[in-house]
Amino acid sequence: MQKSLHIDANKCTGCLQCEMACSYENYGVFITAKSRIKIFDFENEGRKVPYTCTQCAEAWCLMACPVDAIRLDAVTGAKVVNEATCVGCKVCTIACPFGTINYVAATGKVQKCDLCDGDPACATACPTGAITYVDADWTGFDKMRAWAGKTDNATRASA
Amino acid sequence: MAWTRNVLRVDLTNGTCKSEPLNMEWAQQYLGQRGLATKYFVSEVDPKVDPLSPANKMIMTTGPLTGTPVSTGGRYSVVTKGALTGAIACSNSGGYFGAELKFAGWDMIIFEGKSLKPVYLSIVNDQAELKDAAHLWGKSTWHTEETIKKEHQDPLTRVCSIGRAGENGVMYACIINDLHRAAGRSGVGTVMGSKNLKAVAVRGTNGVSTIRDPKAFMAATVAAKKVLADNAVTGQGLPTYGTQVLMNVINEMGALPTRNHRDVQFEEARKISAEAMAEKRPSDGKSHLVTNNACFGCTIACGRISKIDETHFSVVNKPEYWGASGGLEYEAAWALGAANGVGDLEALQYANLLCNEEGFDPISFGATVGAAMELYELGILTKEQIGMEAPFGSAKAVCEMAEMTARGEGFGKELGQGSARLCEKYGRPDLSMTVKKQEFPAYDSRAIQGMGLTYATSNRGACHLRSYTVASEVLGIPFKTDPLVTEGKAGLVKAFQDATSVFDSAGVCVFTTFAWSLADLQPQLDAACEGNWTMEKLAEVGERIYNMERLFNNAAGFTAKDDDLPPRLKTEAAKTGPAKGLVSGIDKMRPEYYQLRGWDEQGVPSKETLGRLGL
Repeated sequence: MQKSLHIDANKCTGCLQCEMACSYENYGVFITAKSRIKIFDFENEGRKVPYTCTQCAEAWCLMACPVDAIRLDAVTGAKVVNEATCVGCKVCTIACPFGTINYVAATGKVQKCDLCDGDPACATACPTGAITYVDADWTGFDKMRAWAGKTDNATRASA
Repeated sequence: MAWTRNVLRVDLTNGTCKSEPLNMEWAQQYLGQRGLATKYFVSEVDPKVDPLSPANKMIMTTGPLTGTPVSTGGRYSVVTKGALTGAIACSNSGGYFGAELKFAGWDMIIFEGKSLKPVYLSIVNDQAELKDAAHLWGKSTWHTEETIKKEHQDPLTRVCSIGRAGENGVMYACIINDLHRAAGRSGVGTVMGSKNLKAVAVRGTNGVSTIRDPKAFMAATVAAKKVLADNAVTGQGLPTYGTQVLMNVINEMGALPTRNHRDVQFEEARKISAEAMAEKRPSDGKSHLVTNNACFGCTIACGRISKIDETHFSVVNKPEYWGASGGLEYEAAWALGAANGVGDLEALQYANLLCNEEGFDPISFGATVGAAMELYELGILTKEQIGMEAPFGSAKAVCEMAEMTARGEGFGKELGQGSARLCEKYGRPDLSMTVKKQEFPAYDSRAIQGMGLTYATSNRGACHLRSYTVASEVLGIPFKTDPLVTEGKAGLVKAFQDATSVFDSAGVCVFTTFAWSLADLQPQLDAACEGNWTMEKLAEVGERIYNMERLFNNAAGFTAKDDDLPPRLKTEAAKTGPAKGLVSGIDKMRPEYYQLRGWDEQGVPSKETLGRLGL
């Protein structure tokens, strides 16, 4: 079964536990600046939105890489950067429509979410269930269910 | 070792920034943040110093757990001699600024002297420099934060700053970070303003990598987070309702000070409660509350983000206030509302927004308005003097007074002096609801007796966050005590004061203590910090910190007579509610408290006490 990170922004409080978990998993340091998942704060609307790579099935970053530094993890479906091969040309950062693969000046390489070999630290660390790791075929299920519930109520109310 | 071991010393007079190693011997005795920074402060500053003179210093400080995944591990404090009080001040704030300072590699910043012209401190990891702030002076905290982020081309730079209140000498000015988090009390922002320091901008990309035993640490943080999640207060009450969950509870207890403490119950409390914030309002069909909000690392998320009613008289044609923003928290809702008899939720939020925007403490401001309204009703202050009619219950007056205080205009200048100086000036010092010139927060000493002793003996003047015995007396945490009696409160207050000193020195939020005892904090600290951090050691550190602060205040000129409550609370009995007929038993509790503390009758720590604590 392939799984996906599933993000419910309504549940995000902006605590950044996910960013700390990500940086610790990948670098052994608590440093939000190096996290591969980012929380965006739309202050004026009171919204916080976690955002990271969605692991496109047809991954433009992977196809754009001139040195084949990005490979597919066949088990998790993650597109994973091989730092030893990456030359830091940044073409992948241009190819990615979502901006979720990023150049890191300190290493001269790019970094992106690799799903932590199938056990994403961000999802484990999230205290509110805003980030979960679920069956890839069912990512919209909860949302559908919520809307289905509302539809039912509306019908009864008007009847 | 969770400390970065680096102290940044900023000489504002000479414009220099220097790094020095953290005194690790002190770190073992005072832990961090409140304790450790106060140790630096009392070692370097004359207790008699004028708080607004260049000789006063100001320390911004993190704790060993700041910037780690410990729940609520994002706190920082500002330690100085308070402008409002003349006592030791330590104001604690959440948001993201504290963690960023730690990520940049600093345990604390010590500000000395006074800059000739307005400056702000810019920190990018180990690079620190003072920059010109002429273009920011006269601007709000919101404008300052936005401008600095733009100029640095870095939206993730974290900023703390003072607004116009801090520049204009409002005695209870705050330092605001991340738009609506505040190092709020005692006038730490006033001290910052007196130094011509407008802001601190920090960006840290180094992070915290110095945990003593990472494996044990991660296990301890996970276990402690579960304790918070499983607790009714931290797992449900605070995230759902925020601190505002207390409004109706405290009102029913007859402990909600109303109209400058004339009354202990507010007939319109419900209209300014958490429940009211969640209701859909008639004007636009939306609720006041938009969402809850967490500070850095916090798994409780008690913060409130609200949208004001665009049609409310206070913000008509002022779209800059229509967006989602911080508030209302319980203390602000009480001080701006019940303390003045005002039951208009939207008006309170407007005044609260001004407090955040221009950087002043809504507790002290609201309580000062309450005193002014009483002076007005007694005919001591007139409409002409104030510039408006100001009876209790006037939402319009609260809004206008907030504006004039923020701008330092007209009567706002007098309101900015705080209730003690205001009431003194007009010949009625007895009407100032303060201890050590700092205004009371939202719990009446007649109906919650332990809070009376808490206020009287708080080292930073009246404050609920030095020993929140409401937890025990109202909520039954860690055990239930009777709020109406004085028996046992001396011991309760001492225990809360000492434990709170440890939490404030660790880098975590005191709200964790609804669920955590020292026994929950200890494994996290011990795994993070080098040194053997046993329960016994932590208990002693807490008591040492409290006594150290006391020694500073005594040397600054405070005596036992300053550990007292205003006459109203000792002579005018509560008129309604469960405490009807009661006054504060402070005079009964104080001697017992001194004895338990090992202090003499004048509140001076004995030689034995000091020797035992290594002071």
